[in-house]
Amino acid sequence: MSDVKYSKEHEWIKIEGDIGTIGITKHATEMLGDIVFVELPDVGTSVEKDGNAGVVESTKAASDVFTPISGEVMENNQLIVEDPGKINSDPENEAWFFKLKIKDKNELDSLMNKDEYDKFANESDS
Amino acid sequence: MEIKRTSLNRLHQEHKAKFVEFAGYEMPIQYSKGIVEEHKFTRSNSGIFDVSHMGQLFIYGDDALTEDLEKIFPLDLKNLKLNSSKYSFLMNEDAGIYDDLIITKIEKGYLIILNAACKDNDFKILSNLLKDKYKMNLDEEKSLIAIQGPKSADILDSILSGVSQLNFMNGNWFEFKNQKVFITRSGYTGEDGFEASIPNEFAEEFTKKLIENGALLIGLGARDTLRLEAGLCLYGHELGIDKTPIEANLKWAISKERIVNGGFIGSDKIINQIKEGTNQIRVGIKPEGRLIAREKTKVFNESELVIGEITSGTFGPSVSGPVAMGYVEKEFSKKDTKVFLEVRGKKHPANICGLPFYKKSYVKGATK
Repeated sequence: MSDVKYSKEHEWIKIEGDIGTIGITKHATEMLGDIVFVELPDVGTSVEKDGNAGVVESTKAASDVFTPISGEVMENNQLIVEDPGKINSDPENEAWFFKLKIKDKNELDSLMNKDEYDKFANESDS
Repeated sequence: MEIKRTSLNRLHQEHKAKFVEFAGYEMPIQYSKGIVEEHKFTRSNSGIFDVSHMGQLFIYGDDALTEDLEKIFPLDLKNLKLNSSKYSFLMNEDAGIYDDLIITKIEKGYLIILNAACKDNDFKILSNLLKDKYKMNLDEEKSLIAIQGPKSADILDSILSGVSQLNFMNGNWFEFKNQKVFITRSGYTGEDGFEASIPNEFAEEFTKKLIENGALLIGLGARDTLRLEAGLCLYGHELGIDKTPIEANLKWAISKERIVNGGFIGSDKIINQIKEGTNQIRVGIKPEGRLIAREKTKVFNESELVIGEITSGTFGPSVSGPVAMGYVEKEFSKKDTKVFLEVRGKKHPANICGLPFYKKSYVKGATK
């Protein structure tokens, strides 16, 4: 069984063993609008919790993507590089951003579960 | 200062607009469909834009007014026909641009459409220049609604019969609910379209009629991607007090007769720049790949020297790729010159290109 957690920067992470798959939430895509460009961290790079891990651009503006936990990037999703619109249509499934090898599972404790995140997103909305 | 709202504000809300503050007004940046869909709908169908925040300046006077305005604007106003419009600029002595505008000859004077962020300052400048000799009214009682896109002529004609007979950059009075509405065939999207100047109390009803007939409300977000694809300048980005019309590559907007004889504000500089050339000039810039280079992005040549800066950049939904405009040094302004754009610390290849990025695929009465 997999476990999904959420960050205050509106990223989700699906945990399977010591591999985490990271993307941005539906709520994030609704705030950003039409996404037309994405830049992902290179495979093999190490990223630090809450640090920069890519960029998404909508027709309006560029926004940084942060990684909710530290680790080494194992894979990045070329599908969304070629078709950034997928991030709007299927953000929490097909349009994942990158997978990383989790460095420290304790970092996961600071993240929110689904209910907590939904509440957080609703509140930050108003 | 309290934020201003246009007479269509309630309708924007009903259509789930996301609002932004623009030049002191609460304006819709997009509706529920989003910028890309709104952009494409305008190109294929008909989009409605609330541009009521823009200034509608009426100046009343006879031949003396025409003469005085010719001392200000680089236009041949004496030969401007009734209800005809011209694109022009309000400049300082150095030909720096205070505002770009559309001026239309109306029965008792002129109507000048001004940018929202500039209109109050324009009014002051023009009042001073005209020494308060003429009645001037920056009309807040009228809304301005643009209808843009290939189906706009049919849609508008079904509400105001005869509108489709107007020629480009020409206007006339029509009647809606016994109210006089001034319609011009113009716009800022690269599409065929119209702008309607209508009393505030009737703006919502008029707009609802357009929607009933198949047009959709479009936000400022798509207005920006549409004008950028069409290679059109936006004040505060491509145009400003530090830029001249010649540097902005808008020489076409200066009447030929006025280039010969001068006599308007900034004419010495303009005539000199036409003769001598300028150091920098506005160009189109097409990034390779999908990278978006936004305003203030530095432009480099192949020897890694800074040669210019981007003034607007986004993703163009109709060209399915990134588009940008900016200023570069003259010697690097030729089409297909390879340049590099510094985005997030990395240099990315791009090419200088002709404008517009997007041209209509059909041409009326084309012979070739």
